[in-house]
Amino acid sequence: MSTTANNKAGFGSALWDYLTTVDHKKIAILYLVAGMFFFILGGLQAMLIRIQLISPDNEFISAQFYNEVLTMHGTTMIFLAAMPLLFALMNAVLPLQIGARDVAFPFINALGFWLFFFGGIFLNVSWFTGGAPDVGWTAYAPLSLFSEGHGVDYYAIGLQISGIGTLIGGINFIVTVVNMRAPGMTYMRMPLFTWTAFIASVLILFAFPALTVGLFLLTFDRLFGAHFFNPDMGGNVIIWEHLFWIFGHPEVYILILPAFGVFSEVIPTFAKKRLFGYSSMVFATVLIAFLGFMVWAHHMFTVGLGPIANSIFAVATMAIAVPTGIKIFNWLFTLWGGSIRMTSPMVFALGFIPTFTIGGMTGVMLASSAADYQYHDSYFVVAHFHYVIVGGVVLGIFAGLIYWWPKMFGTMLNEKLNHWFFWLFFFGFHLTFFFQHFLGLMGMPRRYWKFLPDQGLDLFNLISTIGAFFMAIGTIVFLYNVVVTQMKNVKVGPDPWDARTLEWAIASPPPFYNFKQLPLVRGLDPLWIEKMENNGRMQPAEPLGDVHMPNNSFVPFVMSLGLFIAGFGVMYQGGMWILAGIGFAITAGSLLYRSIKDDLGYHIHKEDFDKEEGDGSNG
Amino acid sequence: MKGWMSRFKAVFALAVLALILSGCGEPFLSALQPRGDGAEQIFQLMVLSVVIMLFVFVVVMIIYVFVVIKFRRKKGQEDFIPKQTEGNHALETLWTVIPIILLLILAVPTVQYSFEFADVSPETTAEGDELDQIWIDVTGKQYWWHFEYQDLEVSTSQEIYIPTDRKVYLSMISDDVIHSFWVPSIQGKMDVNPTGNRNEMHLHAQEEGVYWGKCAELCGPSHSLMDFKVIAVSPGEFEQWVEEMQEVSEEDVPESETAQDGQELFADNCLACHAVGSSPNKVGPNLTSFADRVNLAGVFEMNEENLFEWIDTKGEDMKPGNLMVDAPYDLNEEEINNIIEYLMTLSPGEINPDSAENGVYQDSDLSGLFPEEEEEGEDSEEEEDGDSEDNGDEEEQESEEDSEEDSEENSDE
Repeated sequence: MSTTANNKAGFGSALWDYLTTVDHKKIAILYLVAGMFFFILGGLQAMLIRIQLISPDNEFISAQFYNEVLTMHGTTMIFLAAMPLLFALMNAVLPLQIGARDVAFPFINALGFWLFFFGGIFLNVSWFTGGAPDVGWTAYAPLSLFSEGHGVDYYAIGLQISGIGTLIGGINFIVTVVNMRAPGMTYMRMPLFTWTAFIASVLILFAFPALTVGLFLLTFDRLFGAHFFNPDMGGNVIIWEHLFWIFGHPEVYILILPAFGVFSEVIPTFAKKRLFGYSSMVFATVLIAFLGFMVWAHHMFTVGLGPIANSIFAVATMAIAVPTGIKIFNWLFTLWGGSIRMTSPMVFALGFIPTFTIGGMTGVMLASSAADYQYHDSYFVVAHFHYVIVGGVVLGIFAGLIYWWPKMFGTMLNEKLNHWFFWLFFFGFHLTFFFQHFLGLMGMPRRYWKFLPDQGLDLFNLISTIGAFFMAIGTIVFLYNVVVTQMKNVKVGPDPWDARTLEWAIASPPPFYNFKQLPLVRGLDPLWIEKMENNGRMQPAEPLGDVHMPNNSFVPFVMSLGLFIAGFGVMYQGGMWILAGIGFAITAGSLLYRSIKDDLGYHIHKEDFDKEEGDGSNG
Repeated sequence: MKGWMSRFKAVFALAVLALILSGCGEPFLSALQPRGDGAEQIFQLMVLSVVIMLFVFVVVMIIYVFVVIKFRRKKGQEDFIPKQTEGNHALETLWTVIPIILLLILAVPTVQYSFEFADVSPETTAEGDELDQIWIDVTGKQYWWHFEYQDLEVSTSQEIYIPTDRKVYLSMISDDVIHSFWVPSIQGKMDVNPTGNRNEMHLHAQEEGVYWGKCAELCGPSHSLMDFKVIAVSPGEFEQWVEEMQEVSEEDVPESETAQDGQELFADNCLACHAVGSSPNKVGPNLTSFADRVNLAGVFEMNEENLFEWIDTKGEDMKPGNLMVDAPYDLNEEEINNIIEYLMTLSPGEINPDSAENGVYQDSDLSGLFPEEEEEGEDSEEEEDGDSEDNGDEEEQESEEDSEEDSEENSDE
């Protein structure tokens, strides 16, 4: 009620609306804006790295600053850019795809965003207070214990705060999928994006606690005199590596599975065919997630775990190639016999297939534990995971953003600019990272501030840097496209792509209550079924009735702010303990407030719907 | 007939691929131009996996190109609705089973080599006799490497000499953070962990040469400057090198007067951390064969100019974060030059990195280094032990004196 009333209001009330919103569609936009901000930040850091490595023995930035930049590039891109951008897509689309009016816990959803956001800001405050973390995004102990200044404290506490946000976000999606599916939307009728988001959320649930534990131990070691990882005091540095990778490997699948989901939506839509081998796609997703928890030690082949452990983890890792291969072939055979439209999301999907195949190839090469002795921690690994994360996740995010842009904003991004963006980015990407495979095998370890002349590494490093500029230009084209599109603000209809799933049955952007009446789902690709067998409109599964909606709340923001403030107190200690007191008091107070004060939401009465007739929503 | 053809094609593809890959990088650094047993085995594994994966990639790309060209929507087909295929069990089984077979092919040598690389038992000769093992204790430190040859009373830093005819065995530990020992052209890498957690590996260089080694685990600001060298020489030259190294003592007096002066200054200012001659692992690199080093501090050109800058600035900008910046010495230009002159005399004998590259091959079974008869062995060990203990004591006393002197100097200042 309040949201529609605010449509024409000023900036202040719009801001207040977003600070207090619990609507999944607005939270998606918050995730998108914050994620893009950090994506650009991480991209700038990447450019610094590539400029430093443009020529041998370069002194563009200092060794210390270089280590800070490479650490923040990795941490930012994984935790603060890729994750939230995927969360943006999940929030925007998942409830619509299963025919729900919102996620299961709208309040928690908002809290998850604000925790992530304040955690990310906390981490980046370190730039201005004596130096960012400088020990790599993996923060291996004991280097992370010996690191001077507060950089690593910012890392541990910042990720702790944003990690809580991610964890509760994941739980929220699990409950949403389990409980909130529309009538007829059985598990095996759920769109693949929902499936992958669901499985990724399960991975979050099991993987993030390992990170939480690791970060707490690291925090205790650094700030409270514990010695979990301090070898001089009987601690064990390898424990950190295990904890980190027990989280870190599933994290890779948390990122890539939703991207797979995006492509599994885009490809059927623009091939005008149902997804080939739907049930094997679901099966492959679950299998990848399951195996994903049993392979973490392949990041540790050179640690000295012994040949038995190495062999087991090598074979387990290779096994993951099988379900991944199943997916690739299923996508290819979805295209087979289809009627392929070369729209920009489809071009991203088509660019993804060969790129990710190469990433998968090098993945199997890396799985070979004996050969990994050469690959490990070299630029070969850098090339591999950029092929997977940029070639898979980032292409997936942009395909999804462009595909669902009309649903999120009601406008269409300029197709021509999108194609320019794709080709610049895609060409630049391969130029940057393809040659890094060879750099690694030619003897260049990763995280190198400098490489020396006369070692045969000059040419490929130069090519790599040139490629990075193409990627940067491509991204600028996309941002320009976003600005121009939103300035023009030309609205499109509910289903501009002639798509197949439920989210396209309602207006773009959807009304705040999503579905006036919950739709009746009659099979996989419900909208397509109605298009083929009916009038192309979803049939309602319930009579028109009152709709229960949650109230907006400022509490999530305040709760997160409290932890943000407390973080400084815990870190600086001494006289700053007062900050910890204040911060924890704010958080505890808002928890208490939330617990005591009943907020039952409100109802939209069915009579009120009449006033909004003609908004394009179904029913 | 068909089987023969495919085998021929596979061999051909392998040969072409090996040619392409081996064109990459410099032979002293590149994993694609193996010069050691381990690197060669890994290279074979690499080629095998690339061939398997290229097969998969080609299959994917053929289907991909075909569908993208063939099934692109043409004009006038806007209303065409393709058949909505649910799936195909035969096809799905096919692309599940074939990858499993391909992976099994790769898994077998992977497991085999994993066990082989971890096997540090002695090599045997054709007659079944066990060869004497050369064990080297490797210590990684921010940002340099220390090597001690077990039972041989030889210590060195930054550059490790190994014979070409046999494996040498490394037992590795870190003094501070995690490092990783990597000589790409000879063998894959192995992490160097702190804690009591020693990692073992072996190196076997097939040809004489000076090979570059690198630290492969982020260890601080100068991580990228933590290079070392593996100098592979013929067994005879190796034996000679060991003998030459064993004879060096920090009390050997250089010829020129300025160098003698430098030696005194060195003793007063540097010996607290550094050592000349066989000595236990110290705070700073062992300088026994300093004048023979290929590079200064692992990465810089070995000349007096660089050395002067290093001593003068304590390497502050040359290797950011290095621990020598905390050294308490304060030397003027002349003193530094004298020390440099002394350091440049630290060349134990005839064997140096040139020996690895001059093409001279001297054979030896290294029996001189491993006395066979037990009595003699024990005697010599006792003697050596006695000597080294004495040396050690002297050094400790000296270093104590040094530090006292240092602190006095400091308090004077």
